[in-house]
Amino acid sequence: MTTNVAAGVAPPTGGAVARPLRFLARQRELSLVIVMVLLGAFVALQAPQFLSRANLVQVSVLASIIGIAAVGQAIVVLTRNVDLSVEAIIGLVAFAVADLLAGRTLSEPAAIGVGLGLGLVLGIGNGILVSVGKVPAIVATLGTLSIYRGLLLVLAGGKQVTLTDLPEGYTSISRADIAGVPVFVVLAVVIVVIAAILLRQTRFGRQVYAVGSNPEAAAVIGIRAGLVTFAAFAACGLLAGVAGILWGMEFGTVNASSATGVTLSVIAAVVVGGVNIFGGSGTVVGAGLGALFLAFIQNALILLRLSQFWLQAIYGIVILVAVLLDAAFLRRLQRSTSRRRA
Amino acid sequence: MTTTPPPRVALQGVTKRFGPTLAVEDVSLDLLAGEAHALVGENGAGKSTLVKILAGIHEPDDGSVVIDSEPVTLRGPADARARGIAVVQQEPRLFPDLTVAENVFIGHAPTGRFGSVGWREMSREASRIFRELDVDMDVGSLVRGLSMADQQLIEIAKALSVDARVLILDEPTASLSLHEVERLFTIVRQMRASGVAILFVSHRLEEVFTLCDRATVLRDGRSVITAPTAQLTTADLVRHMVGREVSLFPKTAAELGDVLLDVRGLTRSERFNDVSFAVRAGEIVGFAGLVGAGRTEVARVLFGIDAAEAGEIRLAGQPVRIGSPSAAMAAGIAYVPEDRHQQGLVLDFSITDNVTLPILPRLFPRLFIRAAAERAVADRYADRFRVRATGVDQLVESLSGGNQQKVVLAKWLATDPKVLILDEPTRGIDIGAKVEVHRLISELAASGLAIVLISSDLPEVLAMSDRILVMHEGRITAEIPGATATEEAVMFAATGHQDPVEAPV
Amino acid sequence: MDTMTGRVRGLARWETLLLLIIVALVVIGTAVSPVFLTTRNVPNLIVAVIEVSIMALPMTLIIISGEIDLSVESMAGLACALLGVLSIAGVPLEAAIPVALVVGAIGGLFNGVLVTVFGLPSLVVTLGTLALYRGLALAILGSEGVSGFADWFTTFGFGTIPGTPVPWPAVLFIALAIVLGLVLHGTWWGRQIYATGKNNAAARFSGVRVARLKLVLFMLSGTVAALAGIILTARFASARADIGQGLTLTVVTIVLLGGVNIFGGRGTILGVVLAAIVLALLGNILRLTNVSAEIQSIAVGLLLIVSVVLPNIAHQLRSGLSRPGGGRLSVASAGAGEVEA
Repeated sequence: MTTNVAAGVAPPTGGAVARPLRFLARQRELSLVIVMVLLGAFVALQAPQFLSRANLVQVSVLASIIGIAAVGQAIVVLTRNVDLSVEAIIGLVAFAVADLLAGRTLSEPAAIGVGLGLGLVLGIGNGILVSVGKVPAIVATLGTLSIYRGLLLVLAGGKQVTLTDLPEGYTSISRADIAGVPVFVVLAVVIVVIAAILLRQTRFGRQVYAVGSNPEAAAVIGIRAGLVTFAAFAACGLLAGVAGILWGMEFGTVNASSATGVTLSVIAAVVVGGVNIFGGSGTVVGAGLGALFLAFIQNALILLRLSQFWLQAIYGIVILVAVLLDAAFLRRLQRSTSRRRA
Repeated sequence: MTTTPPPRVALQGVTKRFGPTLAVEDVSLDLLAGEAHALVGENGAGKSTLVKILAGIHEPDDGSVVIDSEPVTLRGPADARARGIAVVQQEPRLFPDLTVAENVFIGHAPTGRFGSVGWREMSREASRIFRELDVDMDVGSLVRGLSMADQQLIEIAKALSVDARVLILDEPTASLSLHEVERLFTIVRQMRASGVAILFVSHRLEEVFTLCDRATVLRDGRSVITAPTAQLTTADLVRHMVGREVSLFPKTAAELGDVLLDVRGLTRSERFNDVSFAVRAGEIVGFAGLVGAGRTEVARVLFGIDAAEAGEIRLAGQPVRIGSPSAAMAAGIAYVPEDRHQQGLVLDFSITDNVTLPILPRLFPRLFIRAAAERAVADRYADRFRVRATGVDQLVESLSGGNQQKVVLAKWLATDPKVLILDEPTRGIDIGAKVEVHRLISELAASGLAIVLISSDLPEVLAMSDRILVMHEGRITAEIPGATATEEAVMFAATGHQDPVEAPV
Repeated sequence: MDTMTGRVRGLARWETLLLLIIVALVVIGTAVSPVFLTTRNVPNLIVAVIEVSIMALPMTLIIISGEIDLSVESMAGLACALLGVLSIAGVPLEAAIPVALVVGAIGGLFNGVLVTVFGLPSLVVTLGTLALYRGLALAILGSEGVSGFADWFTTFGFGTIPGTPVPWPAVLFIALAIVLGLVLHGTWWGRQIYATGKNNAAARFSGVRVARLKLVLFMLSGTVAALAGIILTARFASARADIGQGLTLTVVTIVLLGGVNIFGGRGTILGVVLAAIVLALLGNILRLTNVSAEIQSIAVGLLLIVSVVLPNIAHQLRSGLSRPGGGRLSVASAGAGEVEA
């Protein structure tokens, strides 16, 4: 007669516990939207200019730039890595493109092409260090952050490119719109959609999730984690390049210290957006919403006349809270899949 | 004359070594289409190794794997799967953040237009598979949070999704309730009926008879018998599994003193329930049972790694609360863990560093390490335990398994414990070292320690223990005096049967 | 000295290498500039890296124990901002400095609790506090700078011990290096730190109070980071909330360059001290030869990466050569690597 200690195990319904989880995962994006609506309503009451067209454009343009970079970062984080060098890539590309345009050496499309290529190359640099050199992502990108920033300093010296140096109409692109929606926002949405489709519909995209969710099992299946990681970093660099180009268009003035501190915003956006820092779960839509959310907060601080200096602290708190939640989630669910030993 | 079709998969004369240990030797096994073939044997008999060879994880050193009459070299798990061999491991290898459907089809997802993932088809197919299995599973839910039983079903669904021709089930029922087991068997019978060759590895002998057509018994890495289950009885199986010469281990008789360790009603739900026992000074109490019975879990609670939910522990009559390993050590408990490399030793440390690690605060109350003093301690134990090394400065990673285990024992003896819990102390070490370790354990008992010996090595348990407690699925199901114990009796209790002859406590 | 035979030999190789580099740099330095070893230049040489060197010492212990603390630069900034704010409020330095140090300890405690009690990875936690502490610094002081600190303070900052080219802050570094060196290599606390870094589980199973150990290390790191912030304030005779940005990178570089393994369990204080000297010399030579700060920044980044990649490559070469055919597959079944007895 077998006594069965496991009698307390859940009946075989295959998902009584997991169903609410899938729901909760979708909840992240939904709750972000809800919070933003509430926050927006609150701020609008205190400062009606929040809802002015100029302000909304301002917020959405900034959110788009960070959001695009956040999409790239999200892909990297999904593979259980991180890219700290994004701010340097953004700054470097922004300056390089602006410089080329100011010097009238290339046409606008060509300069943009160079910018994209540069972003890609810098991302590949990170990818090589992590997948081939087996350097932990945190160390590798800490190093490239410094190297790329140094390159920017070399390139820029003390000079800066200002609005007036750039070709006619270049910076006004940031204020152009398609059917009332700023171009940047359209671009950001397009990028988010493409990335989302890539991650969801292609084999490569699913491999990104697999590698982040269970690297050992992925290896057994035959997934080449090194390749996936390499591609993730390359994509991140490319998208940071896009963000850099947009940065130049939006701010006009670019110098050696451009984009300092952006890394934190990008990582905070990703983490707030529900991408699990341990890899394997989260969406680029969430990352995009996270960027929007943080842009909202920044705007709210300005409009409510609160010190901008709280922004950094808020980013820090946001990251910590998100990690705590993610870890608590994980722990709750590991418990129901307990192993037995001898 | 009717010709029987060749086996779907066969192992011919397979031998596999890991370092100095011979895991399996000259084993031949064939799996026929439409047949369920059981593979039984004790812990360590080599079943796991055979499964891994079939799964493509290991390559045999000798002999070959034959698929449909052709010898093949499996170049890895993916290759094995591509050839139609599906393995449902004891521990599922799933992706927690992906859905059930995606896990089922991982690596071979149906593709839609332009090669994109066909989610709807995947979901449909996965649902169909689960319907065929008569399982109610939400294929859209994430794997994270699903029970072991459900995860195992997903693994089986995986096998069905690749139209496996050979299905290997490795201890599939270990974490299943009766209902789930019945469901699993119905599924297996269905698959068998459709021509799949099934290899069923299990300890649960009654299941072997319920489900399987033939059975092979492994013992010490060799195949002892292969026969139709109709021609065998449980007693036969057990006899073949354990029947060996019982070698003589030097067990010195010891005078039993007071009760040093007294455990009452210890419970940690889902791991073990209402465990009570007592160990006296000079006594060796053996803990026998199958993998998953809960023995190590009890040890972990006694040593403060995990917390108990109910129950009481007394050391030398005093109730103690053991909240951490250092508290356990302070109470006089020492624990030699079953995983020597991950938990027992710091491989990158020398013998000295390992031996003194738990007692550093005691040895050097003034904080500063005096090399001579600690070397002296290490030397003393290395001599006493006859550790073969170039010196106590040698890194333990370069010692043999047996000597490594001696270092672990030395380390714990240096803490001057009252109670010593040994978890699989002679696993992975050669026979010569085994004898030495047993000698040491006997001496320790004779010197007044209370010893708990957790072991899957039946002869060892029988030879060394004054009393044997058998655990099964979290409870102590039998207590057998060492003098009258037989391997069969222990095995019976370990597989859930009641031993009709139970001596009173 | 740590009784780890094989490893001592290996590390001696790395430290010897660093020594050779130091000698080479000194030679290059004197060749390149006549003022290199003068009593005017030496203090500058030292003081340029003094804060990061000081922070590198507790960072060494943390990394050896298997964790990391990225928030040090922000804690330095917070301490600096505190000094500024308290100065504006009229609080004398004698009281403000201890307050800043206590805040550093609390910050470290916060990090430590999140890591040990909540089990969060230190990498992400300290990334968050990197932002949080900097944010707090900015929030309390804003973007203004505060000056007008007492003379004794500023003298401490950019003065030297009379008659020697040794800057006062260097005394702190030397003292801390000696203390932590003794702890790490001479006491059993240090042995426990190595054990935790090499094998957390085995250390725990051997009665090492891993959680408490790491908590203490994080508090130490926070306090010393605050100390570094105080020194920065003294040196620049001005308190700013944005001081110290980018220092974490340099601190981690010094530690890794010093031969400490990023994964934990290996490294010495001596190596880190030598690495600090290397960085000081290198930085000084670059400055004297008017190489831009940018190149220096690149150099530091390259140094960091190289100090991790080189050992990696060496290790891969060594194990790649000695591994038998089934290597790949055995790794895939890593969890079951144990032989079935």
